[in-house]
Amino acid sequence: MSAPGEVVLSLADAGLRFGQRTLWDHLDLDVRAGEVVAVLGGNGTGKSSLLKVILGQVRLTSGSVRVLGRPVDGGSRRVGYVPQQTLATDALPLRGRDLVGLGLDGDRWGIGLPSRRRRRVVDDLLASVHAGGEADRRLGLLSGGEQQRMRMAQALAGDPRLLLCDEPLLSLDLAHQRVVCELVDESRRARDLAVLFVTHDVNPLLGIVDRVLYLAGGRFRVGTPDEVLRSDVLTDLYGSPVEVVRAQGRLVVVGGGDAAGHDHGDEGRP
Amino acid sequence: MGAVLPEVWWQKLFDFTDYGRLLGLLHNSVVAGLLLGVVGGLIGVFVVARDMPFAVHGISELSFSGAAAGLLLGIGVVPGSIVGSLLAALLIGALGSRARDRNSITAVLMPFGLGLGILCLSLYPGRAGNKFGLLTGQIVAIDDPQVGALAAICVLVAIGLAIVWRPLFFASVDPDVAAARGVPTRVLSIVFMFLLGLTIAVSVQIVGALLVLSVLVTPAAAAMRVSASPVVVPILSVTFATVSMVGGILLALGGSVPISPYITTLSFLIYLGCWAVASIRRRRLG
Repeated sequence: MSAPGEVVLSLADAGLRFGQRTLWDHLDLDVRAGEVVAVLGGNGTGKSSLLKVILGQVRLTSGSVRVLGRPVDGGSRRVGYVPQQTLATDALPLRGRDLVGLGLDGDRWGIGLPSRRRRRVVDDLLASVHAGGEADRRLGLLSGGEQQRMRMAQALAGDPRLLLCDEPLLSLDLAHQRVVCELVDESRRARDLAVLFVTHDVNPLLGIVDRVLYLAGGRFRVGTPDEVLRSDVLTDLYGSPVEVVRAQGRLVVVGGGDAAGHDHGDEGRP
Repeated sequence: MGAVLPEVWWQKLFDFTDYGRLLGLLHNSVVAGLLLGVVGGLIGVFVVARDMPFAVHGISELSFSGAAAGLLLGIGVVPGSIVGSLLAALLIGALGSRARDRNSITAVLMPFGLGLGILCLSLYPGRAGNKFGLLTGQIVAIDDPQVGALAAICVLVAIGLAIVWRPLFFASVDPDVAAARGVPTRVLSIVFMFLLGLTIAVSVQIVGALLVLSVLVTPAAAAMRVSASPVVVPILSVTFATVSMVGGILLALGGSVPISPYITTLSFLIYLGCWAVASIRRRRLG
């Protein structure tokens, strides 16, 4: 994409083991400002654990992880986090604007009285994700796509340098998937964000992704989508025949050893 | 009381002769009710947001057992109920971080603890007056040193809540993102259980172990029916809880039945009102 920016996230010789099981090892990855990296792989390959490592919730077994040159510990305002879309129950006393407000100062002690200045900041954030209209409705009454818009605004509220997205497209329909991807693209350009995007389906992201990290069976490949999402590369990675099929502008990974469920673009399947 | 034999049953419920004199006697109770209304209404918001009403019920029964043990061992009802309440709250908090675990752990601990409480009461050689008081409320019996202790606890809880309010709210309604932002969710959960335990111990003294939910859950649940604003909900919840508490005490002065039915009925009526408002609004919106 554009000229290479500052290194925001840096994993060096990183390894993660749970007991006997190695999720991944010797992982080197630098994510630069303005870059979108998709993390792909089946269930249990350690995609979400990678995010937990970067958030400081899980410790690496070996190697190091740095955000903006500093070792990770605990959470940080420099890191924005967009979780899976989970429908908020409508019993919660929470509107869209309150969710964004929590992203702004929810980590501070005290009561936090409402102020005009705070309201304006929240309004600006809502406007940046085109969600002003739904801001005063109960969160539980918003659609999944609208909730994810609020989630984006919430993640941007701390003015992060790194955006971590943990399957934010899950259970969204295609139109809303596109909206979320466009928002990610817009914000990384406007704010020069580094983005790490965990997903099981790369297709909605293909237009905006710069590189992919593909995890499988304790091993991985990093590169541009054209370098990694190829039959020969994935066959080598999985150690069993894999075919990458391009059909109607979509990528489908067929095969992958133990894992029929590792396929991308699984909505074409019964 | 009961010097005049009531002629019909409703005079037992509402009889306002000598009201002023009675009010003077029960000044302590009104103060205690007011304080509990404020603290209960505030903490109730978190109880509902964290999906913990059943845990509250469990802790209050175990607080009763602590009080019974305190009575038997001679360390006093209030210290006993505080110890029981805190022990139960911290146990439930430590063992059940997820709602489903928490419910079964509460259900396992509650009958065991209650059994111990009944054992302590039956071994207690003294007067039996406290036996039902702890279960169904005994505010009339509150004396000066007791009201002082209860007030101090309420103030402590209110200050504690004010300090942790924002991060606790974040951790309660949006735990994953709160943790990602560095909010110490585990520490906050322990702090919350501690404050909850204290509040429940006070509530048990005033409304009784069986009826704690009417102060710690009903007002907050009612407030959430009519508002989704995290500023308006606590204000409404406190208003509802104090109206139920103080209103219940003032009404009960005019009758010779215990205080609790007035409080629980007021609390329930407020909930019904909020429910009606919410459904009328929804119908108007289409």
